[in-house]
Amino acid sequence: MAFDHSFVSGGGNFPQTRCSVIAAARSDDSAERANAMNVLFSAYWKPVYKYVRLKFSKPPEEAQDLTQGFFLELFERDLLSRFDAEKSRLRTYVRLCVDSFVLNEIKHAQRQKRGGNAVHLALDFPALEGELDAQTIDPESIPAPEHFEEFFEKEWIRSLFASAVEDLRQFCEGRGKQAAFSLFEAYDLFADESVSYAQLAETRGLSVGDVTNQLAWARREFRRFAQQRLRAICATDEEFSRERKLLFGGNP
Amino acid sequence: MSRFLNDKAVERLRSAGALPEILGSRYVLQEFLARGGMGVVYAAQDNTLNRRVAIKVLDWSDSRSMLEERLMREARVLAQLEHPGIVPVHDAGTLADGRVFYVMKFVEGSRIDDFLNSASALPERLRIFLRICETVSFAHSRGILHRDLKPSNVMVGAFGEVLVIDWGLAKILRSDSDGRSDETVRSPEPLSGAVAGDSETETTSATHDGIVLGTPGFMSPEQAQGRTASLDVRTDIFSLGKLLETIMKPTKNATALRVPRAFRAIFEKAAAESPSDRYASVAALAEDISRFLDGMPVSAYSENLWERTQRLYTRYQAAILLITAYLLMRAIFVLFGRH
Repeated sequence: MAFDHSFVSGGGNFPQTRCSVIAAARSDDSAERANAMNVLFSAYWKPVYKYVRLKFSKPPEEAQDLTQGFFLELFERDLLSRFDAEKSRLRTYVRLCVDSFVLNEIKHAQRQKRGGNAVHLALDFPALEGELDAQTIDPESIPAPEHFEEFFEKEWIRSLFASAVEDLRQFCEGRGKQAAFSLFEAYDLFADESVSYAQLAETRGLSVGDVTNQLAWARREFRRFAQQRLRAICATDEEFSRERKLLFGGNP
Repeated sequence: MSRFLNDKAVERLRSAGALPEILGSRYVLQEFLARGGMGVVYAAQDNTLNRRVAIKVLDWSDSRSMLEERLMREARVLAQLEHPGIVPVHDAGTLADGRVFYVMKFVEGSRIDDFLNSASALPERLRIFLRICETVSFAHSRGILHRDLKPSNVMVGAFGEVLVIDWGLAKILRSDSDGRSDETVRSPEPLSGAVAGDSETETTSATHDGIVLGTPGFMSPEQAQGRTASLDVRTDIFSLGKLLETIMKPTKNATALRVPRAFRAIFEKAAAESPSDRYASVAALAEDISRFLDGMPVSAYSENLWERTQRLYTRYQAAILLITAYLLMRAIFVLFGRH
């Protein structure tokens, strides 16, 4: 099978706001089903890879195979059609499917190197490995076995936010609002806590009011993109509300 | 390829995403003030009236309609309760991001327990408590129970004003009597709109029987058991008793206050396990506190002869000393006069 990576790489292919990946995955239209898989894949491949690497202590190459194998199985065995939104969140279902898939692979030791006719997904695993190295440079940051569920959730949020930030970057470029994105980047993404609006205003020759307004606009758009992506991978409005609360409800 | 976001960036994005969307409105967000059960309170600048206000914004919630209704209900309850001890509401509505909010007066002050660190004298504490009683009694007279009275929900403002805040769990009582104390069920003025509306439906839909809402340590036993439908003013009286007990606890910088038996009896009666053993109204509780302050007997305690003598001595100490001194002088004068 072939995955369309334009979405993964933020090619401006935003998910339909009200279209659920679950509904699309159950569609009779194969193109729609494939698109649903793309959406799901873009949201989950990073957390799944990191989860497999750490929870099952798999070396990078094996974790890459398992990650790709998992998504192929998800598609080929039509696992999404078995998901029941009444019983769990999609995120939990995906994680349990990963557990089941990896354990099954280990148990039967029948996993074959996927090659030949199998499709290798052109994913940037080395970059992801670099992320993982940066995250686990401190041994204490490696999650304990009982915290892998939290770890998966955290990585899922990180992946979703990273995609939404990329959406925002492209949106800003398209509208000539690079200055707003640059402010957002400087203050919300990479600043240390001592940076103030006044300092940003001074270094960029803006008024504090301009900084406030541009940041507020960028955050609003960021939230919109994050919500769009979230809505696309939630089965129901209720699940979307719960997940949105998880993303934005608990702070400050 | 999307970039890697470290943990700090993710947290900042979560916080940024949670900020209320008030761009383009008359308000400019200033700072985070506090988090409550339903949402967050921010300080903001009202550009139209050029004043500082506080905005309470609902969290993104997973059961929006119920919490939305509760927040709006709180705003409407506050709007009905025009009283110096209750923070006035200026505005309410829905933000551009879909969350419900209301705007209220910005109050500078401190929680009552923090404030009491600098007000350790018993009479001063009791006078503050009487102000709380006045506010709660006023709400009861409008048919509204607070149901979450505790130190963090009482503020003392910069000019000494005592404010009862956070009416998010307020219950609107029915306006027809069904045997509970008259103060509990009668609403002197019919409440309008959704606040009162169909009062019984409103109340039961907002707080179903069996659902426990309140703060452990301050909520009455009947409230803790989720007997929402049977709550009356005595549930607030229980909380006031607990609050009174807290107020009397020694503060960080003070030695323990000596608590007279008659006074202990007051808060024990207020916080009695059984509602029937409590004061029937906040006014009755306040009356006992006032009597205690004035050195008069209180309804909650039967004093013996010695205690009565002590109380009378304390109350009339100055007069007794003056008369005694006068009599002593007179006696000396008479004695020496004869010689």
